[in-house]
Amino acid sequence: MTNPAPIDCDIHPVVPGLAALLPYLDDHWRETVVRRGIEDLTTIAYPTRNPLSFKQAWRDASGRTGTDAATLGRQALDPFGTQLAICNCLYGVQAQYSEDLGAAFARALNDWVAKEWLDRDSRLRASIVVPMQNTEMAVDEINRCATDRRFVQVMLLVGSDVTLGRRQNWPIYATAQRHGLPIGIHAGSMYRHPMTPVGWPTTFTEEYVNQATAFQSQLTSLIAEGVFAKFPDLTVVLMESGVTWLPAYLWRLTKFWKGLRSEIPWVSDPPTSIVRDRVRLTLQPFDAPPEASSVMRLIDHIGSDEMLLFSTDYPHYQFDGDSPIPDGLDKALAQKIMAENPLKTYARLKEREIVP
Amino acid sequence: MNVDILNRTGLQAASMSKLAIADCDIHPRPAGVGIGGVSKSLYPYLSQRWIDHVEEFGITYRQPWEKGSAYPKGQPQACRRDAFLPDGRAPGSDLRFMAEQHLDPNNIALGILNPLTSGQGATNPLLSDAIAHATNEWQKAEWTSRDRRLRASVVVPYEDAAASVKEIELRAGDPNFAQVLLLSRTNEPLGQRRYWPIYEAAAAANLAVGIHAFGNGGWPNTAGGWGSYYIEEMVGHSQSQQALLTSMILEGVFEAVPNLRVVLVEGGLAWAAALGWRMDRQWAKLKRELPHLKRAPSEYIKTNVWFTTQPIEEPEPRTHLAEAIDWIGWDRVLFATDYPHWDFDDPAHAIPLKLTEAQKQAVFLDNAKTVYRQA
Repeated sequence: MTNPAPIDCDIHPVVPGLAALLPYLDDHWRETVVRRGIEDLTTIAYPTRNPLSFKQAWRDASGRTGTDAATLGRQALDPFGTQLAICNCLYGVQAQYSEDLGAAFARALNDWVAKEWLDRDSRLRASIVVPMQNTEMAVDEINRCATDRRFVQVMLLVGSDVTLGRRQNWPIYATAQRHGLPIGIHAGSMYRHPMTPVGWPTTFTEEYVNQATAFQSQLTSLIAEGVFAKFPDLTVVLMESGVTWLPAYLWRLTKFWKGLRSEIPWVSDPPTSIVRDRVRLTLQPFDAPPEASSVMRLIDHIGSDEMLLFSTDYPHYQFDGDSPIPDGLDKALAQKIMAENPLKTYARLKEREIVP
Repeated sequence: MNVDILNRTGLQAASMSKLAIADCDIHPRPAGVGIGGVSKSLYPYLSQRWIDHVEEFGITYRQPWEKGSAYPKGQPQACRRDAFLPDGRAPGSDLRFMAEQHLDPNNIALGILNPLTSGQGATNPLLSDAIAHATNEWQKAEWTSRDRRLRASVVVPYEDAAASVKEIELRAGDPNFAQVLLLSRTNEPLGQRRYWPIYEAAAAANLAVGIHAFGNGGWPNTAGGWGSYYIEEMVGHSQSQQALLTSMILEGVFEAVPNLRVVLVEGGLAWAAALGWRMDRQWAKLKRELPHLKRAPSEYIKTNVWFTTQPIEEPEPRTHLAEAIDWIGWDRVLFATDYPHWDFDDPAHAIPLKLTEAQKQAVFLDNAKTVYRQA
């Protein structure tokens, strides 16, 4: 039984520098960048020289990689025989304090992705980057990009300004649902708040480990506020969230839902069922237990074979060796993860003949 | 909070509750105070300066309300309705009532007191110190000296390490006290160096450090801003505990104070294994940032950290819980009820697993004796 050609649901084209976006900014914003000396929007989520930001073997002379489609194809797609891959561009447009700057950079980034990446490799698809600073602007950007059917998802960052379940975000979900786009929540932050509920971490390692707790809180928010009930056709994908925290989190949440559901009466289904039906997670990092034998026990605790989506998280350094599939994962499940689950999650991935 | 508990295989027999039990999370509360405020029951242990201050200015925390806590609770004072005294006094305010309702029928042989309305995290650190000290005197005078099953926690004004150390040193060697008590939601992550003198003093006094859910550190309770609902706050205690444990491990607290015993209270335990795996996987790549760590991060959990059970996670099927505990070790688990709070775990039903005799003995009594150094 050969594995199907994988669909990579989390890869990261790297913006070589702000100059790359200048052609995609209109005159006012191009002049703003030059006149004010805005240098770069790489955030502290993935510092350039940090071991996690780029796998060492992939780095070029600049210390980075993945800044053009040919390199990404050669390093991230060819070796795995990848048929399709979703580009999640991480460039700090969401961290700008000015919503106008955020919106201008988001537009430029999405146009740059379409032109420099999607046009150059037919295997590539992308998530729409939105200015999370302002819901109306985010909705405008979704509507603007969604006509290009190579955009298959709306991307938000887990470190938001207000919790993602809150009603002020709902127009984003309504728009995504209308276009048949899942909401992908990716690691990273607007940096309005620390990555932990108890203050700013000291080290990169601490910050990165805590991103998993941020995903947990956002899932609680989306469920408690009733997003899944209000938008019955919406799928939420957690990207680079870690995976193995999920069961224990759901056990606690479901227990408290039993005790406190009078506070949130619109949540009529147990959170565990909601999550199994409506939430998906990309594979890397999996945060696997040390013994391969524990991996399938953990999968058993998750209680679904439809939730995991293949990902390499290229160019981030998440796995050693040639395979992103964790040791101990059952072969039949690995097969589903490769392509079947991604195709079920992203309606637009089934449209192979795409005219932009 | 035992919902949906009936008709399961493998339930503990009701007689389980007749075993001698250590309850590692009991909440006594001075009469006449809800959440927030300072009880007049503490006045005998406060100087006139602080009584005057409290009378005029009250006590404030990094949250909005003069009375009550940040999020409205699910029940008045977050308590079992049947735990209010017949005369209306606060649950947990009367030893005799607590003994009749909880300690005697549940055969509690060792009960760890964790008073929560104790000025910890108050915006005024001097007031925090005064109330913490008074609370310790009150526990001793009105609880532990009157019932030998009970042990007090040394409540400390943790945002002021020097004052905390003074209070710990005052209680060192006093058999009334079994641990130092912190709350989880602090001004900075608890691994940071400003808190280390507290750990050094606790270890020197041979006291465990219990870290209970709640507190008001001023930060939003999620990395994406403030949650809307009490359920988000309650589920979120697990995320706060994960964050503070990550901080303590990665900052090297357990390298600096290797004999420190930390008990995480009311934040869950099933997440501990996965957090260990995540830390280990990242540490393997990033360890040059953390040269002070001599072991993989998860190793410190297995030697220095314990978890109380309440509110015990309830997976379907329940056997998954046993597997999650297997991953961290049964010697890490301490039974707790959270009496008199609404989400009380009844010892007869709380752990609906078929435990071996050795596991029962460990979880319900022996692990607590070890961590709290009780003969």
